[in-house]
Amino acid sequence: MQITSPSFKDNARQAMADADLQRALGNVEKGFINKRAKAVAKLPEFEDLRDSARDIKNHTLAHLDLYLEHYEKKVTEAGGKVHWAADAEEARKIILDICKSVDAKRITKGKSMISEEIALNAALEASGHEVSETDLGEYIIQLRGEHPSHIIAPAIHVNKDQVEADFRRVHDKLPPERNLEAPESLLAEARGILREKFLSADVGITGANFLVAETGSSIIVTNEGNGDLTQILPRVHIVTASLEKIVPTLEDVSQILRVLARSATGQEFSVYTTLSTGPKRAEDPDGPEEYHVVLLDNGRSSMIGTEFQDMLRCIRCGACMNHCPVYHSIGGHAYGWVYPGPMGSVLTPSLIGVDKGGQLPNASTFCGRCESVCPMRIPLPKMMRHWREREFERHLSPATTRWGLSAWAYAAKRPKLYKMITRLGAMALNLASRNKGALRWWPLAGGWTKYRDLPAPQGKTFQQMWAEQKKAARS
Amino acid sequence: MTKRPRVSRTKTQEDTEAESGFKPGDSVALFVTCLVDLFRPSVGFAAAKLIEGRGGEVIVPQAQTCCGQPAFNSGDRDTARDIAKQVIAAFERYDHVVVPSGSCGGMISKHYSELLADDPQWAPRADALAAKTHELVSFLFDVTGMTECGETFEGSVTYHDSCSGLRELGVKRQPRRLLESAGVNIVEMKDSEVCCGFGGTFCVKYPDISNTMVGKKTANIAATGAGTLLAGDLGCLMNMAGKLRREGVDIEVRHVAEILAGMTDEPPIAGSHENHEGDL
Ligand code: SF4
Repeated sequence: MQITSPSFKDNARQAMADADLQRALGNVEKGFINKRAKAVAKLPEFEDLRDSARDIKNHTLAHLDLYLEHYEKKVTEAGGKVHWAADAEEARKIILDICKSVDAKRITKGKSMISEEIALNAALEASGHEVSETDLGEYIIQLRGEHPSHIIAPAIHVNKDQVEADFRRVHDKLPPERNLEAPESLLAEARGILREKFLSADVGITGANFLVAETGSSIIVTNEGNGDLTQILPRVHIVTASLEKIVPTLEDVSQILRVLARSATGQEFSVYTTLSTGPKRAEDPDGPEEYHVVLLDNGRSSMIGTEFQDMLRCIRCGACMNHCPVYHSIGGHAYGWVYPGPMGSVLTPSLIGVDKGGQLPNASTFCGRCESVCPMRIPLPKMMRHWREREFERHLSPATTRWGLSAWAYAAKRPKLYKMITRLGAMALNLASRNKGALRWWPLAGGWTKYRDLPAPQGKTFQQMWAEQKKAARS
Repeated sequence: MTKRPRVSRTKTQEDTEAESGFKPGDSVALFVTCLVDLFRPSVGFAAAKLIEGRGGEVIVPQAQTCCGQPAFNSGDRDTARDIAKQVIAAFERYDHVVVPSGSCGGMISKHYSELLADDPQWAPRADALAAKTHELVSFLFDVTGMTECGETFEGSVTYHDSCSGLRELGVKRQPRRLLESAGVNIVEMKDSEVCCGFGGTFCVKYPDISNTMVGKKTANIAATGAGTLLAGDLGCLMNMAGKLRREGVDIEVRHVAEILAGMTDEPPIAGSHENHEGDL
């Protein structure tokens, strides 16, 4: 997928000018924030559960190699195969080879951000496979030739009328006079189309919310049940997952599941929580003949032991973006790659490089709302600040910023000089405001005065007035 | 899962002293913040008046400039560290340090320790300063046990919860309780806990996004119909005031300390005011 993160500012401007998008973003608030708050309020031990979820993942990350090896052993014992992919290209090649080896024509897919990260659909289509996304949101954006703008609600930027138009355009064998007014009718139509895809697929590809070391199981959490049909009906099931999805035991998973759905959609539990362990056994009524897991690294192992390790606790619940006022303003596509919002602002520079993704961790007010809702207690603002430090060290921040900062720092470290400058500054600003109480323009403050007035100083600085008062009191 | 019992009772004077160690006569160093120093000294005087009202002896150390946030949040850790040391050296000798800003207060009480954690000489000094540094309203309410502000203010007010004060320092009920004691009618705005889009250098680095954020904020403020907007951080206040003025919305904007100290003679940051001739 094309990376547009370096033009983040332009992307953001376009997004803010897009009336349809702005309308759709209003739903994030109604849809997610209030529901999460209600779900959390109903569970007194929620904060304690966040602590234990964090601890479980911290423990896992400290022993990642051990748990991954155990996981591979268990998958193999169950008759499946684990493939290790160092990067996106390797992952694509592994998956293409599997598809080729079973002569796959039709492929169904459950929702997977890893599939987005490795740009799997384009690769599969280029080698002649027919690929169908089966999650409704993913299906919609596939029809539109777009990418997800949210990690759990991929089509949150699309409104109902647009979906209707897309369905009429693509489902051209259906009677044109059919009524698609009600949202349910769209759902029913998608269901009908997808059912046929499920039944005729050769390979089913899903993501994974968790990989369980204890049992070699992969777990997906869905609301539509499409994931189950994707992994049970075809001859071959391929799980694509990044390696930090590993969790030691089923008990651990059940702890984390208690915070996942509540944080994501405000549900106590998702409608389906599905485990799959290896291919169909002799006594099973159904299931795939082959079971593969493609374990993707793609830069994650190099985050271990750095100040970004905590990011690997992320369970992709989306709460950070749902509560982010920057995300609310610009939506997900403006971030320019796979992962949007605060988690994307930390993860993207790790995975594609800070030279390309560096805008993202800068575009934050550090309001801290993301961290306050993150079920895994990931210190997102702190890690965005670490990216700014890396940029600063490597002289990647803009020259004007660096120059301004060093001039300011020079004065801030010399209180006497600083006092002189601020006195002059207060006077100049005050004069320029001509007693109107505010300025409409000021040199170097264009970013401010483009949209707001600059309130004028009261006249003298506090230090100046305080010193004068003390002097007067003494005399 | 064990549940923590919730005990609620009224704080007595001794409780407060035992918890915080504040006694009348204690020295209280005022970290005035760079924005208050330059733009709105009246907030500093209001803070001093309030602290003196609780019996504290106010000192304004001369070596203060800024808390270092611009450097810290721009990734310039070395400069941030230098400034942190300068602040520690200038303030550590006093009994308490008070800051009329949640964001600068949070910088000193949460981030200095993090910045200097690897420095065996400075880390304990940073921790010690952090422990006695407080945001102004939280100092008055939580540390000195102030429950009545002794002033009266007529009119309805809406209160913006600035992010660092709210999330780093837990400032939420304290200003409301004290305002209510002054007879203020608080009309809560929608999303009072959502960022106003200031974010320090963010508002000039990403002016378009910042504008969208502050535009939502001013709409929520205006929808309350309140005559006055208050908050505890001058950065956010200037951002919201600047936007309200540009939009031509006439709401008085002030720092909460000005109301609590009964110092409303100064013209507000924005909005018309009987003494504010020539405005608008
Ligand atoms: S960073 Fe936290 S809130 Fe954001 S998606 Fe990951 S787990 Fe959820």
